[in-house]
Amino acid sequence: MPGITREEVAHLARLARLELKDEELDHFAGQLDDIIGAVARVSEVADQDVPPTSHPLPLTNVMRADEVRPSLTPEQALSGAPAQEQQRFKVPQILGEE
Amino acid sequence: MAQTAAHELIKLTAAETAAKIAAGEVTAVQVTEAHLARIEAVDEKVHAFLHVDREGALAQARAVDAKRERGEKLGPLAGVPLALKDIFTTEGVPTTVGSKILEGWLPPYDATVTQRLKAADVVILGKTNMDEFAMGSSTENSAYGPTGNPWDLTRIPGGSGGGSSAALASYEAPLAIGTDTGGSIRQPAAVTGTVGVKPTYGGVSRYGMVAFSSSLDQGGPCARTVLDAALLHEAIAGHDPLDSTSIDAPVPAVVEAARNGSVQGMRVGVVKQFRGEGYQDGVIQRFDESVALMKELGAEIVELDCPSFDLALAAYYLIAPSECSSNLARFDAMRYGLRVGDDGTKSAEDVTALTREAGFGPEVKRRIMLGTYALSSGYYDAYYGSAQKVRTLITREFEAAFEQVDVIVSPTTPTTAFPIGERADDPMAMYLADVCTLPVNLAGNAAMSLPCGLAPEDGLPVGLQIIAPTMKDDRLYKVGAAVEAAFVEKWGHPLLEEAPSL
Amino acid sequence: MTVTDLVSYEDALATYEPVMGLEVHVELGTKTKMFCGCSTALGADANTQTCPTCLGLPGSLPVVNAIGVESAIKIGLALNCSIAEWCRFARKNYFYPDMPKNFQTSQYDEPIAFDGYLDVQLEDGEVFRVEIERAHMEEDTGKSTHVGGATGRIHGASHSLLDYNRAGIPLIEIVTKPIKGAGERAPEVAKAYVAELRELIKALGVSEARMEMGQMRCDVNLSLMPKGSEKFGTRSETKNVNSLRSVERAARFEIQRHAAVLSSGGTIIQETRHFHEEDGSTTSGRVKEEAEDYRYFPEPDLVPVAPSREWVEELRKGLPELPRLRRNRLREEWGVSEHDMQSILNAGAVDLIVATTEAGADAAAARKWWMGELARRANEDGVDLDALPITPEQVARVAALVAEGSLNDKLARQTIEGVLAGEGTPDEVVEKRGLKVVSDEGALGKAVDEAIESNAAIADKIRGGKVAAAGALVGAVMKATRGQADAARVRELILEKLGVEG
Ligand SMILES: [Mg+2]
Ligand SMILES: [Zn+2]
Repeated sequence: MPGITREEVAHLARLARLELKDEELDHFAGQLDDIIGAVARVSEVADQDVPPTSHPLPLTNVMRADEVRPSLTPEQALSGAPAQEQQRFKVPQILGEE
Repeated sequence: MAQTAAHELIKLTAAETAAKIAAGEVTAVQVTEAHLARIEAVDEKVHAFLHVDREGALAQARAVDAKRERGEKLGPLAGVPLALKDIFTTEGVPTTVGSKILEGWLPPYDATVTQRLKAADVVILGKTNMDEFAMGSSTENSAYGPTGNPWDLTRIPGGSGGGSSAALASYEAPLAIGTDTGGSIRQPAAVTGTVGVKPTYGGVSRYGMVAFSSSLDQGGPCARTVLDAALLHEAIAGHDPLDSTSIDAPVPAVVEAARNGSVQGMRVGVVKQFRGEGYQDGVIQRFDESVALMKELGAEIVELDCPSFDLALAAYYLIAPSECSSNLARFDAMRYGLRVGDDGTKSAEDVTALTREAGFGPEVKRRIMLGTYALSSGYYDAYYGSAQKVRTLITREFEAAFEQVDVIVSPTTPTTAFPIGERADDPMAMYLADVCTLPVNLAGNAAMSLPCGLAPEDGLPVGLQIIAPTMKDDRLYKVGAAVEAAFVEKWGHPLLEEAPSL
Repeated sequence: MTVTDLVSYEDALATYEPVMGLEVHVELGTKTKMFCGCSTALGADANTQTCPTCLGLPGSLPVVNAIGVESAIKIGLALNCSIAEWCRFARKNYFYPDMPKNFQTSQYDEPIAFDGYLDVQLEDGEVFRVEIERAHMEEDTGKSTHVGGATGRIHGASHSLLDYNRAGIPLIEIVTKPIKGAGERAPEVAKAYVAELRELIKALGVSEARMEMGQMRCDVNLSLMPKGSEKFGTRSETKNVNSLRSVERAARFEIQRHAAVLSSGGTIIQETRHFHEEDGSTTSGRVKEEAEDYRYFPEPDLVPVAPSREWVEELRKGLPELPRLRRNRLREEWGVSEHDMQSILNAGAVDLIVATTEAGADAAAARKWWMGELARRANEDGVDLDALPITPEQVARVAALVAEGSLNDKLARQTIEGVLAGEGTPDEVVEKRGLKVVSDEGALGKAVDEAIESNAAIADKIRGGKVAAAGALVGAVMKATRGQADAARVRELILEKLGVEG
């Protein structure tokens, strides 16, 4: 497995919305490299014909009836908001559009 | 009314406490006050609690006393104080998950576990310290400072639920709730000489339990005795329609099992992968003695080989970070929690990134980035995909093992409590603390840790792990109760009595 | 932003073959959201229909809405798709403030329905088969209002306000396979497909599919390849094209724009584009510095959906008469040609006409008003027919007033105009504007007498047997009564008074 570079760490940080400081980039690059080196062992089983397990329980079809349940009050919903206006969550300007 | 002194009240088991309250020998308020006083006296040193809800606890205790006075029947844990890990939402009471990013957040709703505790008339004393977002094995990753191990305050109380285990071991509460993603209930129990149970995945609702790794997380009971753990288990377990992964089946009869401890005629498996390099001598010694004890008590010991267990740690450190990278994305400074850098010129995007930088500690950032990496296009199959195959192999090996044995035993963790700071910046060394516990999380079955003695070389507690098949949680209690009784008889007292007074 | 010189449509099609992909999101008409019990009712105050789950509060968990799944299966069956025997939800990870968890719970490589088709009929009766790639379940986002900018647009805004009432409303995303071979008719195919799909959704009763309300939204992917080539060009993705007419215009514009870029030796960038209703153009969305990496993985908080074959067959049996078959039936009942029926469909008028006949009008009258006066108005205003502020009941009332002779065609048109202008119901408009046909025999008789008197020469001709000359006298009476007379009755009176057989 190739080592993880500082640039890759910076890319991951952007994807994960973490404004890392320069010294953190170096520090994490080293640590992530160690960890990835250790966990890469799992690829030993990559060619084995084994189904993946995404979940420990073999449950299926857990659904609820389409019945309305009480919502929070708007005061409760907004109680943790860092800022609010007109009963809405106030957020800084949004740059892009999805 | 026979008065029981405060220092005696705090040493009672939960079962004894509830019985005294029900009998009117002591009031729930007296019990609560005794514990609040104990917290007042020792928690400055231990730092088990992030928040003590004095008023809420006393109000709940008064309600229990009023119920009794009205002649209403009290439940088996009515009036018993409990320390709640700060990962469960509590309406109007701070819930931080040990993170700066949620400092001051007052949830507008109760977790299902919180609701069930209230419904059982349990008195919630407050919220306990933990590794930030339950990521860690030492509670050093809490944004609010570490918790000390009551056996030696310079050592870790385990993690992530170190606050809960320390609260029990320091007699601040007879009951606590933990969560176990890779060992966060069992490993703290092991290093503090207490009892902790990770129920079968889906046995206890995750609704309102702040997610770390959804497919591994499981809440469970922590106590000083096997019976107390069973009583708490019964109070919080059972189907919850608000959690899609909750098992819709009756809770295994854990209390009955705890009251009828026995290993007579049981087949007990010992997995050869759970020893070797990295295991402390005293841990192996106490474990071997435990196996010998079970044999004396009538169990048949069976050697097991589970080769895929060697890959469990690697699989775990891909799956858990992957899920956490997604679960923690919601902490974006928009709807709740910390917001940093909103000076009117910065974009939402920048404010999110600045807030997450400021609000998350290094271990959380490390795991978020690791998970982001493992899920990235191009790496998914090699990492996340393979980790899930390992998960299948481990599950199959457990299934094959449980065709030969009723339970499996192992040391809970390879070493006793290590000094605070020792592994703080060596993530791989830290991760090894969970090597015996995390295969269970990957497979989803049930496991318990209970004390099996002190390591001769350092005089610190060693934990014995018992593992049962899915939905056979009762076997943990049946075996655990028998082992506990035999040890207490051998030692002449519960192990915790050997802990230094604080 | 660059101004694009367009190539004429004809020139573009002479050189290039368009390839389209249409992605339609349909908001289901369930009572509750996809993963929580919050109401989906429209028009509620901001943030009154939210809960821990749809706000993405820490600890909250999703539970699937059974009717959401049922609706998805119905849509899949109606689109001739295979229904998955087992499929999962997945998390699509990306940060955006309108998405509370910062991942969308969606489906990735395991959609509930896949590999189907929808036959659409063009204006001239030609049937075009649009292949369906997949239909999958997901959830909607919240709504943001941008404050402080000049136009309420995102650019230049100082901040945004978020309302999460819409967050979590169930969506079905329906994706076509690449649509090739439509040539110059590609925009028409796009429109006919969306129109047919909308009819289908409404017929299934799973959504009202009102495009103007955002209940059905279309993304138009388009690329060009040189005629004779098999290799697709780079595509653009025009987002949120939210009327039938706009779908056609957007496709047409992009064909012309792509051709212009390609013909001048440029390259098309893969990007999202925004459609502008005002002039039918598209402009570039934000170009992202980094390629999207959604890090999809199976949603661990939900369990797989495995619709039993019995359930699927039961739903198949319960499917309503499909729109194309229903249209053929209606076409026969109404006695109109294939071509007229296609125009009715493309105008979005089928259900409006049916509703109007159900409100008592005869089919010919209902068709005449919706496809005549009202279609003209919708076209002028650039809106879909059902977005006009007039109901089928009101149109039926106008038709009834005509049938009983209270209104003539001209007055009926004025009545409709009044309703559209918001002056009230047809009866109120007639009243306020004084539009009733003059049927007072006395007043009418007087007007007729006056006309005969002042047109003596013409009256004589009529008396002499030239009945056709009566038209001039009718015209004079109509003029005198400012059009408010029933022309047929006027003619009768004239002939009567002049003693001539009509
Ligand atoms: Mg979508
Ligand atoms: Zn909700």
